[in-house]
Amino acid sequence: MAAIAVQGLERAFEDVLAVQGVDLEVDEGEIYGFLGPNGAGKTTTVRMLTTLLLPTGGRATVAGHDVVNEARAVRASIGVALQEAALDPLMTGRELIRLQATLQGLPGEEGRRRADDLLERVDLGAAADRRVGTYSGGMQRRLDLAAALVHEPRVLFLDEPTTGLDPVSRKTIWEEVRALNDEGTTVFLTTQYLEEADQLADNVGIIDSGRIVAEGTPESLKAEIGDPHIQLQIAAGSIVEAEEVCARIGKLLPPRDGRTVLVEVANGAADIPRTVRALDEAGIAVESLELVRPTLDDVFVAKTGHHLEGESAEEAVGA
Amino acid sequence: MSQLATNARVVRALGMRSLRQTFRRPQLIAPILIFPTLLLAIQTGGAGGAVDLPGFPPVQSFLQFMLAGAMMQSLMLAGNSGGIALAVDIEMGFTDRLFSAPIPRFAIVLGRLAGTAALGLFSSLWFLAIGLVFGAEIESGVPGALIVIALVTTTAMAVGGIGAAIALRTGKASVAQGLFPLVLVVLFLSSAFFPESLMIEPAKTIAEYNPLSFVVDGIRNPIIAEINASDLLDALLAIAGIVVLGLVLSARALRHRLRVG
Repeated sequence: MAAIAVQGLERAFEDVLAVQGVDLEVDEGEIYGFLGPNGAGKTTTVRMLTTLLLPTGGRATVAGHDVVNEARAVRASIGVALQEAALDPLMTGRELIRLQATLQGLPGEEGRRRADDLLERVDLGAAADRRVGTYSGGMQRRLDLAAALVHEPRVLFLDEPTTGLDPVSRKTIWEEVRALNDEGTTVFLTTQYLEEADQLADNVGIIDSGRIVAEGTPESLKAEIGDPHIQLQIAAGSIVEAEEVCARIGKLLPPRDGRTVLVEVANGAADIPRTVRALDEAGIAVESLELVRPTLDDVFVAKTGHHLEGESAEEAVGA
Repeated sequence: MSQLATNARVVRALGMRSLRQTFRRPQLIAPILIFPTLLLAIQTGGAGGAVDLPGFPPVQSFLQFMLAGAMMQSLMLAGNSGGIALAVDIEMGFTDRLFSAPIPRFAIVLGRLAGTAALGLFSSLWFLAIGLVFGAEIESGVPGALIVIALVTTTAMAVGGIGAAIALRTGKASVAQGLFPLVLVVLFLSSAFFPESLMIEPAKTIAEYNPLSFVVDGIRNPIIAEINASDLLDALLAIAGIVVLGLVLSARALRHRLRVG
């Protein structure tokens, strides 16, 4: 049985269709990366799957329960850490986890024990009795994650768990997500970071303007785009000759500027020596050379016509 | 553990959190205790001679008369503060944590109201203690004091229902906060701080029909005289009306919030 099954899910806000007929399936024990830029419909989809928002069309089940008709059973099976850690800055970490244990129906003693264990697990034992308002962003995220785990949920929803975190904190969260998945928890992870989806997800769904535009394993999605390419920086005046030489090695890709040649190669790194030799024999000086493998951003560009991370960064700057 | 017991634990835990939140945020506790206490001190100190006005109800002291008004002000502002705190929870996404838990959603509102009721209880004890320390007597004794405590506690919860409804409907702390002056206007247009019999029109007629006047008279009666069943019944009916209004508005606002997310 699929941990999450979604068919034709829709959500309209007055005249705006924020989610437009999303179909997806997440197997038990999988990490599913839901990738898309700000405003693509990721959070709206997660809010429907976590019963925080009623769909206006379609159907979804989580842990075998319908999100509309069996909402309470869904809520008993899931853990949720939403975008912008929803924490009360006036509570202490321990108070928050214990409250969460009560909300999940754990008996008092068991709730207290689970709370203490989880605080240690996310390395917040020493800070457990401090108010959450004094925590760093990374600590708040870890606390939020611990709160989502207090009842050992079958399915864990993480909505942009590392947005705004420094690289070290981000890595800590990734390690924790991997560890949870190793223990059997299904993870539905939304992110706008390509690397995060690439590093963590078994399967990736790419959403743009409320529609799923691509779905598959990160490797299969990248393979759809094509072979890796060699990026060569050529000395001024030799670009035409360099393109002629490279065209004999692989397919030329559209150049980015007047000094770069991009050539798609079927054998990846194995094609580098003969490329260098051919250019050397033709007397063309190479200033730099790099093997570039397709990324999820290339997949995103191919499917939507625009970059993912560039747009996010622009929005972040604009905000 | 039965579902009822589980729900009761949830309401208790949310009530405790609400109470902690109030005591840890000075801007929430100040209007509930400090402002009414200061107003009580200023009014009793500056307008104590009012008891000699013809038509003023027979009281031992102006402080004795004013205690009910101070409690009423405190509980009204406790209800308003509860609404502000709930709106803050909505703004910072904390209610999403609650809504995504396997608990009945009305328990979230009840938890908040339990906290407000506890504040009402605390407020009634605080002002009764102040009254006793400064020489006011509770004419109907311990039974009267218990009636006062019960009325203040339940009214705080009832008013909190309206505050919760406003918070759930708007989701904005600024709106809930903006009602602060309105609360005082409604309170001044009741018999909380001055006897109805000495008011002039149109305030007198407004106060006569203001449900808060029935509540405040019910609270005041056991303090300044023997228990009066008729005043008590009127107060209970007024509180019941506020409870029903608060519950209906809260239920509608909760449905709206879940529909719009």
